[in-house]
Amino acid sequence: MSTVREGTVRTVRTPRIRRPGRLAAEAGALLIAAAVAFPLYWMVLSAFKPAGEVQSTEPLPWTLHPSLDAFRRVFQQQDFGRYFLNSLFVAGVVVIASALIAFLAATAVTRFRFRFRTTLLIMFLVAQMVPVEALTIPLFFLMRDVGDAVPGIGLNTLGSLILPHLAFSLPFAIWMLRGFVKAVPEALEEAACLDGASRSRFLWQILFPLVFPGLVATSVFSFISTWNDFLFAKSFIISATENSTLPMALLVFFKPDENDWGGIMAASTVMTVPVLVFFVLVQRRLVSGLGGAVKD
Amino acid sequence: MTLTVKEARAGGGRTPLTGARRVRPPSRRGSRWTPWLYLAPALVVLGGLLVYPIYQLGLISFLEYTQAQVSGGEPTSFQGLANYAELFGDGQFWQVLLATVVFAAACVVCTLAVGCSFAVLLTRIRAVPRLALMLAALGAWATPAITGSTVWVFLFDPDFGPVNRVLGLGDFSWTYGRYSAFALVLLEVVWCSFPFVMVTVYAGIRAIPEEVLEAAALDGASQWRIWRSVMAPMLRPILVVVTIQSVIWDFKVFTQIYVMTNGGGIAGQNLVLNVYAYQKAFASSQYSLGSAIGIVMLLILLAVTLVYLRLLRRQGEEL
Repeated sequence: MSTVREGTVRTVRTPRIRRPGRLAAEAGALLIAAAVAFPLYWMVLSAFKPAGEVQSTEPLPWTLHPSLDAFRRVFQQQDFGRYFLNSLFVAGVVVIASALIAFLAATAVTRFRFRFRTTLLIMFLVAQMVPVEALTIPLFFLMRDVGDAVPGIGLNTLGSLILPHLAFSLPFAIWMLRGFVKAVPEALEEAACLDGASRSRFLWQILFPLVFPGLVATSVFSFISTWNDFLFAKSFIISATENSTLPMALLVFFKPDENDWGGIMAASTVMTVPVLVFFVLVQRRLVSGLGGAVKD
Repeated sequence: MTLTVKEARAGGGRTPLTGARRVRPPSRRGSRWTPWLYLAPALVVLGGLLVYPIYQLGLISFLEYTQAQVSGGEPTSFQGLANYAELFGDGQFWQVLLATVVFAAACVVCTLAVGCSFAVLLTRIRAVPRLALMLAALGAWATPAITGSTVWVFLFDPDFGPVNRVLGLGDFSWTYGRYSAFALVLLEVVWCSFPFVMVTVYAGIRAIPEEVLEAAALDGASQWRIWRSVMAPMLRPILVVVTIQSVIWDFKVFTQIYVMTNGGGIAGQNLVLNVYAYQKAFASSQYSLGSAIGIVMLLILLAVTLVYLRLLRRQGEEL
């Protein structure tokens, strides 16, 4: 699995034929990397450009006069900080709750044999395919009705964003965690049991830490899908703008006559950078997590 | 120690037969309800927020449900298949359906082609360029759909975008024409979804034991033969997973179309089913028609799922 081993084996096997080809491949890879990263570079660059340069018909790929004006505009005029915290809160609750619930469910379907187990698994798989967007209509009415009874989770509240995302991230999370829970040897459970550990003690003190890398990989997906949400925020937060999330705040800068591109790019930067940091931090776990999940 | 164990047991707490459990330690017989206890939170959430709404979606698609019924001004009335008849009798629906299928197929093919070829490229290069490509891809992956959409629209802006300058296109507007607008959205979709394919396929290639490839090479197999007869079969389960995931994601594209083409393009020329359903339901208050479109999407994706399940079965995967 290790990079070094693979590298050496490959070089030893065909040293002379590979080299010129590999240099070309490496140059190509660097070019591709630059092209893939360019939109993000342009976003950050435009966020720091002064207004005149952003709205210039001769755009330059650099700026000599970096300015924080666009960011100032974003945070002062639009109460962006509040939207940011709302987004963070919604995504945080969804990530933690779906990780815990999915962990329990994945344990149930991998370490127990019971009736309807296969049926349930197929249902989780099918649930992943449900077009979330199609459910906006019934969910809208559900949230409206629930809101009458329990004000905390009805329309116009953050709860109306948390609950649907929890439901939509669970099937995938369970499906993905299954592989990780399965990978923990049965013998470990027997040993723990012989040593007198109860089932819940085994669950939380032995299994949970072992599955944690998998939980991280899974959480990335639920975080992304929740942080990305645009449709529910647009449909469910109708009048209570103080409960809006980042995507809606971003749209404020689109204007019928002339878009405030500097503001849009600054807001986009603020919305993207936390996810980027999160991704880079969990990068290794994500890659190995995906490997683990698909290998099963 | 004893205390903590006892506490933990009290927490898990429904088995007074501790003696019996000690005799048969890994027993599953004494815990017939434990799996259901573990499953309960997931089932409650999914039942309430997925199964019930699907039922509601189906129900609304058979009712007359417009603003009058929503506000309670008029009673709801059962319409049978009238909504579906109206939908299927509308030329625009078929046009949108066709556009959705073709657009999604194009996205899937491009995403897979780009993702797989970059994954192979990753295995051929040393650590530094590999890290560069990996980080760039992670960046694209991490970008929220809405910011990706705004940035790509800005890159291709007729007045202020760098792309038209570099390509010498003057003030050509990408979002004005139907096909150029779809092409622009396709580029963005491929940009933000190829990393998943690339990373997954790369992880799959890395998981193939080096010995197997060496054995094939020693037996005199060519690179192409190794790829076709050794690697491709071993990668097939992964390729199935990424293909199905891409089909599902690309078929459901909403944000990109909505933001980049401003709600479905000029005169709805860039509508896909999702956006179409949203416009019908929330912009023109025809909730029944929107729900009928939702049911059509659900059925199409269900068909895809059944194909997926069959493929899994054929690979002999144990569920």
